[in-house]
Order: sequence, then C-alpha cells, then structure tokens
Amino acid sequence: MSEYIIKNGHVFDPVQGIKGDKKDIAVKDGKIVDKVGSSAKTIDAKGKTVMAGALDIHAHVAGPKVNAGRWYRPEDKHFDSHKVPGITRIEGGKSIPTVFKTGYAYARMGFTFVMEAAMPPMYARHVHEEIHDTPIIDEAALPVFGNNWFILEYLKNQEIENTAAYIAWILRQTKGYGVKCVNPGGTEAWAWGLNCLTIHDPVPYFDITPAEIITGLIAANEYLGLPHSMHLHQNDLGNPGNYTVTLDSLKLAEGIKPKNNFGREQVLHSTHLQFHSYGGDSFANIDSKAKEVMDYVNKQKNLTIDTGQVTLDETTTMTADGPFEHHLHALNHLKWFNVDVELETGAGVVPYIYSPNVSVNAIQWAIGLELALFAKDPERCFITTDHPNAGPFTRYPRVYSWLMSKKIRDERLNTFKNADKIIGATYLAEIDREISLYELAQMTRSGPARALGLGKDYGGLAVGMNADIAIYNIDPDNFPTTGADIEKAFANVAYLFKDGKICVEEGKIVDMGNKHTFWVDAKVNENKQVMHDIKEKFLKYYSLSENNYPVPESYAPHQHILTVDAVQ
Amino acid sequence: METITLTVKKVPELYLECEGLNPDTLAGKSVDQIAKIPMYQGKEISTLGEYFTVAGTSGATAADTKIVVNGDCSKMKYIGSKMTAGEMVVNSDCDMYTGSWMSGGKLLVKGNVHSFCGLAIKGGEFTIEGNAGNYLAAAYRGDWRGMSGGVLRVKGNAGSDVASFMTGGTLIIEGSVDIHLGTHMEGGKIILKGNANRRVGGQLVKGEIYVFGTINVMMPGYKKTGEVDLEVDGTKAKFDEYIGDLGERHPKKKGETVYGKLFMKK
Repeated sequence: MSEYIIKNGHVFDPVQGIKGDKKDIAVKDGKIVDKVGSSAKTIDAKGKTVMAGALDIHAHVAGPKVNAGRWYRPEDKHFDSHKVPGITRIEGGKSIPTVFKTGYAYARMGFTFVMEAAMPPMYARHVHEEIHDTPIIDEAALPVFGNNWFILEYLKNQEIENTAAYIAWILRQTKGYGVKCVNPGGTEAWAWGLNCLTIHDPVPYFDITPAEIITGLIAANEYLGLPHSMHLHQNDLGNPGNYTVTLDSLKLAEGIKPKNNFGREQVLHSTHLQFHSYGGDSFANIDSKAKEVMDYVNKQKNLTIDTGQVTLDETTTMTADGPFEHHLHALNHLKWFNVDVELETGAGVVPYIYSPNVSVNAIQWAIGLELALFAKDPERCFITTDHPNAGPFTRYPRVYSWLMSKKIRDERLNTFKNADKIIGATYLAEIDREISLYELAQMTRSGPARALGLGKDYGGLAVGMNADIAIYNIDPDNFPTTGADIEKAFANVAYLFKDGKICVEEGKIVDMGNKHTFWVDAKVNENKQVMHDIKEKFLKYYSLSENNYPVPESYAPHQHILTVDAVQ
Repeated sequence: METITLTVKKVPELYLECEGLNPDTLAGKSVDQIAKIPMYQGKEISTLGEYFTVAGTSGATAADTKIVVNGDCSKMKYIGSKMTAGEMVVNSDCDMYTGSWMSGGKLLVKGNVHSFCGLAIKGGEFTIEGNAGNYLAAAYRGDWRGMSGGVLRVKGNAGSDVASFMTGGTLIIEGSVDIHLGTHMEGGKIILKGNANRRVGGQLVKGEIYVFGTINVMMPGYKKTGEVDLEVDGTKAKFDEYIGDLGERHPKKKGETVYGKLFMKK
C-alpha cells in the first residue's frame, strides 16, 4: 500500500488536543504512523484544514423504510437522472438518495462512517444489502428493540439477563451494532391504534411502561458492555410541551455508570433532541426549551445527544415511530406510508416541507442550533439532521455555516417571514457563540467516535489510528466569511483518505475505497430459556422460519467485527 | 424581440432530452454557443448542434427571445420545459414533458404532444394545436403539485389522468378526454368542450370543472344543487351545478364548507 505524508496543514485533532497547529501527518498501510520513507507521496496541505474523517451517529440511509421513501417518491429524484463523466454512477435523489449518491456525498463532505439509525431485525438482510452497495463509507446499523415482544415480556418481569441474551442473539442474527429504542412502547401501542405520550403510559396488553423499557434496555446494554450506549428516540416526538417528557426520560439514566472496554463514557444517547425540546401547549404558542434541556444535559456526564437540525428543505420523514407519522400526515395531508413489522416494530413515511414562512418550522430550526450552541462539552453533543427527517445530510455544510458564524445565522433568523415571533419564542438571537473548527472536530469526529465505542481507532489523527482523513480548502487564518464559501469548502474536500487511500480529490470521487460493515458480536452465557422462547415465537407468530432469519455472511462480506465478552 | 430558428437535421436514434431548449437557456448566446448546449441521448451527452442547424440571433434576455423549431421533433422530450418568458413555436409533434414546469411566456405546438406535457405548469400560455396524451397538466409521478397557474389550451383531444392534482390556472380542452379528469384537484378551472369517459373529479377538494359534452359514468360523490347561467370561454349557456367530491375532505372558509364544483352544460 502507498505511503503518504500530508505536509503543512492546520491540524485539528481533539484526541491529541491539537488546535490548528501546523503538523505533518504520515500515512502507511491504512494507518497513521510516526514517519514514512522518502518515497512517500507528498500532499501539500498548506493553508488547508486537516481533520479525521467525520462520523455521523444517526442517519436513515439504508433499509426498507428508506427504500419505501425512494419508491413512493419518484419526484424526489426527478432531474437527477443524468450520468456525469467519471467513475461514479448516476446520483439520484435529494432527501432519499440512492445508495451510490449516499456514499459519494458523504465522502465528498469528509465523512468516513455513518450509523444507520434504525434496522428492523426482520428486514436486516435488506439493510445489509443496501449498506453493502453504499460505496466508500464504513457503516453499521442499530436494530430497534423498544417495541419488541421479547423485550417487553422480559422487562415486564425485570429479567435483565434474558433481555441481554436476546439482544446478543439479535445482534449476531442481524449483524447489528447496538441497542436502538424508538418511541418505547408507543409503536407497539400504535398496533392497537394508540400511542404512549409520557413515560408512564402503559403499553396495551403488555402492561409495561416506557420508563421500564428505557431503564431495562440501559441495564441490559451495560450488562453486555456494548461499544455504544442505548440510543433513544424519546416518546412524544414533535409535540408542543414535550420537553418535560424528554427531561423525565433523561433522568432515568441518573446514577448509572458506563461499563465497557471501549472508552465510552455515556449510558444513554438521546437522539434528534431538537424534536424533543418544545415548550407551549399548541403549535400556536410553541417555544424553545433548548436551554432547559441543555442545562440538564450539561450537568449529566453520562449522557450524549445529537441535534436533529432542521435545514428548511423539502424532505421525507421516516421513523419507526409509526403513530407520529400518522399524526404528521393528518397535519399536512401528504402521502402516508405505514408498516407493521410483526413482533418487532413498525414504521411510517411522510414527505414534509420545512418552510421558512411557517413559524413552527423556523422555531424548530432555531432550537436545533441552540442545542449545539448551549452545549458546554462539544465531546457530548453531535451535529445531525436526523437525515432525512429534519433535512438531508447533504446540508451539513450549511448547518456548519450557521453554527460557525453568528452573522450568517442572524441573517437567516432576521429574514424569516415572522421573524419577531420566532425571535420571541427562541433564545437564538441572544447567543453570540460561534463554533470553532476545533469544536466542530469534537462534535463530528472525536465525540461521536467515542460515543460509538470507536474512539481508539477512529475520530482522531494520533499515531496508530485508522488513516481516515479529511483535508478541507479552509485556511483557519483566513476563514471564509460568506455562507456560500463555507458551504463550498465543507461540501467538497480537497482530499479524503479512507483507510489510507485517497477516495476524493477536490470534490471528485477517484476511488471507491474499501468499505466495511461494523457489527458487534457479544458472547453471553448459554441461555436455554431465551433459546426456547425464540423457537416458540417463530413457530407461533413469525411469518418466516427461524432458519431464514439470520443475515448470512455473504450479505456483509467486508465485515469489521467488534467482540464483547459478557460471559459470567 | 429577436428570433432563433432551429431546424432538425438529424432525428435521434433513441430520444433526445431537450432540457436546454427554451428561451431562458438560449438568450444571450451566439449561434455557436447555442450549438454547444449539452443534450443527453440515453446515457451519452451530445450537443444541440448535432441535431439542429441554428440560425438567427437570440435576444439579450428570455423575454426578448423567440424560438422557432422546424422539422420532426417527435422523438424530443422537454421542449420548452421550465421556460419563464419569451416565445416558442414548434412546427412539429413533440414527445413527453413538452412545456412542463413552465412559468411564463408563450409556447405554441403546431402538432400533437405525447404524455406528461404541461406538468406542474405555473404560468404563461401553452397552446397545443393537435392532441395531447395522458397526464396533461398533471403532477409529476408521485408529486402532489400539478398545474398551478397559466393557461393551457388543447385544440384536439387529451388522454387519461388529465389535470391530476391541479391547484390553479385554466385548462381548456376543446376535444374529449378519457378517464380520470381532475383527480385530487384542489383549485383552478378545467373547461372540457367535448365528452369525458368516467371518473371526473374523483377526490376533488376544490376547483371547478365545466363539461360541455357528456360524462359516460358520473362519480357517485357529486350532488346536484341547481342550475346557473354562465359564460364559459366565450359560450353563454345554462349549466347544471353539482358539488363534490363528497367523499373527500373539504376546507372551511368563514364557517362555510368549500366544495369543488362541476358544471354540466344542458
């Protein structure tokens, strides 16, 4: 493999505490090394910014509900059907891009890892087929557990060991990475035409509460010592006044200590927090509770969050929170897709247009920015758009420009149709903070890498770490001042190294890299009870046989397995 | 106004995607520059100049530019699409997407057009002297935003699914249409001089449909409310007035429910 030396770049690496100093980075055999031989290729990074490859901790980029969005929204990829010269395929789609565009667009922005945030275990094969077809970037997927019948039954009886054994079995069957929990209990309640809007609403039939599901899944996650923490989409998403439900949910993690060998420090990751930080009691008087929520998050060291930034675009919402999607469809009358996944989960899809002329949308936009700007520890607050729910991931460069420049975000804020109302309902106008390049690296590199348990090898540029490196045409001493210039620089890396190989040059894809699928193999004690329950449920309820359930190795031929030993 | 004349010199083997063939793209360009406008045929990029001879001069802006197209355009898509101003006259039949997404100016096709023409048109005048295919003035596949403004006139017949998801503007069909006229309509006006087959105004929320001829089978969601004297597109006559589609949601305005309306000439 080739050797490279990246010379004279301004390096931003929170792992080593390097804040823009000029430093050479040497690359050999896919790793960052101390030094390379004289034959190494030199990359001149003078006047450029050098960071590790970015990690997206939460995006919906592969699997059946993403594909449902693709097939029922042909209008999303209209005018994108032309093949451009080069090694890339046609790049179709805006909010629900093809797998090819997903890989290329992330790579062009300097990303090297993306977490698919919700995998229905029964459709894991489909998720892995799409992940396998997504070029360049490494990916993993989180199976959903918050409405799974096994989990609901075990946790009702407080059987943490059985819960953990079942999770370990599912991770191995689905090649999954960790524990995702979407609207705990609410999606199962939706199968009965109901929802769980607080953490104490009982789930029909199972007679368990969301609070018991959340605490039980955190306990099982720590019992196993998985690389990532429990990853939670709280109850009552998107509704005015829901910040109290959010605080109630986050408080469930109080006093719990992380137990793992991966350097992870949180026990609960609260995702797309923007959708959960609303005050008021109707859409007429909705206001921001970002400060109240972040005051709590800042105090609690065992929490991490991601923002779910609204980008003010036409997009396609999709979530395993089935009842929420029905609610949204009733609001905007646009086409609604709904599915029930047998014993496991459900999902809904509805297109949505976030308009700068709609006050609620503008307030949502402000709340997302406030969460990041109120974060005292950028290592625990990550920037996402909950792609595609709050906006397409391709808008990250624009989100960065709003966070990094008060001037640019105030221009946006002050030109909303109902600017006075929005300024009155949010904190944003009073916030002067501008996120620095170093803090951006914390929020998009070292932070998410550590939260995913990948901090040893990813998210930094220390010797021995994986050579995933993004070089931007940004001179920190002469930082671009217009939104368009900032966006252009972050949307098109000068170079992207993936596993030590140059995959992007000046925004052009030059190599498809060696993408890997990450999954976690957790070893637990033999558990006859759980194996019996699995056999019984497949015979009694599932529409497929247990033998057709696992994801064969051929679906993820380039796997990167993280092993956990939870045998006691 | 300056005039550019394009004459087809080669009929494409597959179909030529003429997304650049409108006054907006041609304005301010020399004959040579116009000949170099890229056009796709399948996955291959070629140029406008490979298929057309270019003569005349273009205006400085789209509004000052008139384009005359001669020769066989029956295998060319997207002619006049997305135009915002200026004038175009096409002396030929055209393929799909002709005049789609146009928002201003005048487009005249002196022949027939294929399906999906005048999709989501927002403004301007689009006249088709021959017949139109299916999905005229409708929304693009999957989209919920059909014709929203402008005037679209077809002198001949049109096919099925005409004006699906229409929200505004005026569509006049001087001939007849097949099934599904004005499905999901939420505003605007359709004037049908000939006959309709079945399912006129299915799931219509708002808007008006005037039918001079007959409807083969009437939708069950329409209720007759009276008779009115109207002047429609220059014709004075007595019409039966219906409200509908009663099976669909309807908005309220000042406490009154707003229904869509169907008028049948007596």
